[in-house]
Amino acid sequence: MADGEHRTVFVTVGTTCFDALVMAVDSPEVKKALLQKGYSNLLIQMGRGTYVPLKVSGDATLQVDHFTFSPSIADNMRTASLVISHAGSGSIFETLRLGKPLIVVVNEDLMDNHQSELAEELAERKHLFCARPQTLGETIRAMDLETLVPYEPGDARPVVTQINRFLGFPVD
Amino acid sequence: MQMGLDAVATAFYAFPVLISVLTVRFFYVLWHSGQPASKPRATGLRCLIVLGSGGHTAEMMNIVTTLQKDRFTPRYYVAALTDNMSLQKAQVYEQSLIQGDGMKTAENAHFLQIYRSREVGQSYITSIATTLLATLHAMWLVIRIRPQVIFCNGPGTCFPLCISAFLLKVIGLGWSSIFYIESIARVKKLSLSGLLLYKLRIADQFFVQWPQLKHKYPRACDAGRLM
Repeated sequence: MADGEHRTVFVTVGTTCFDALVMAVDSPEVKKALLQKGYSNLLIQMGRGTYVPLKVSGDATLQVDHFTFSPSIADNMRTASLVISHAGSGSIFETLRLGKPLIVVVNEDLMDNHQSELAEELAERKHLFCARPQTLGETIRAMDLETLVPYEPGDARPVVTQINRFLGFPVD
Repeated sequence: MQMGLDAVATAFYAFPVLISVLTVRFFYVLWHSGQPASKPRATGLRCLIVLGSGGHTAEMMNIVTTLQKDRFTPRYYVAALTDNMSLQKAQVYEQSLIQGDGMKTAENAHFLQIYRSREVGQSYITSIATTLLATLHAMWLVIRIRPQVIFCNGPGTCFPLCISAFLLKVIGLGWSSIFYIESIARVKKLSLSGLLLYKLRIADQFFVQWPQLKHKYPRACDAGRLM
């Protein structure tokens, strides 16, 4: 199969432990949904999790591979056709800046769950899809990438201008 | 005997005077903290930049890269003792400035670590002691650095540092302008550090990135999205 025909789904949990997400993408339901959407490869970055998915290779099925950490996650994102990520703001904005379709899965086991705020707000603005581990399959089946709105990166200059003005520096 | 009585009497009168002076000073500092500079400024300002794990450092470095380096210098970066990623990112950035700018930036950047009040999962009883330790350490750092500008965006370490800087203002040992920029991850609710600094009016300027928060906290300034 030529490289151009690979359509890779990259799953990342960052530095966290998020077994519920790794289990969800490893489930037959989600794998079937991804195959139906035309994806050929599934690459899982599993972080500090202990659940190890089965590696699968061969034709006519979804190829599954995984690793714990890597310094080149940016490269994995760049070559992916779809990113499924935990709700950390670092991963979210990195993926959005690359212009990749993104499904954010919120970890419901976290104590202070403010993370869902950002994912839900960005989902409402149609920059990404937001799911829970148990609704991931459903989200994949229902998603229409055409409805996504490209994310316009933010800008620190207005804040810096206000700070300069407050401190008495000339503002040009 | 007479001396002792005199000392007691002096203390008796001096104590309320001292309290009144400190109270007046406290409210003066509180009022003056929100006021923009009245005179134009041309010299560089000593900056304390508080970094923190998660998305905090990425957001803060986004601001730092936008700052005018000749105005905001020297720069003291602070991160928690258990967080070695954040300072590394700041070091890489400062290194890139040196390469572009000859030698002179080398002395302008300093990197410091601070005790954390509470580690994830630590018990509440031991965290009383560690919070005390973290506060004393923060105070020591602020007295040593005497920052003129403080930038922070929400990690737990920023609260003791801001409180220490504010106390230093009250007792007249230094003046700093505190800028708090709430993380973009906070859409509807402020972080605990943010809420405390907002309610206590310790930040000179308090920025939020989402309209929902600006609506809920009217004294906050709109920063727009940083990321």
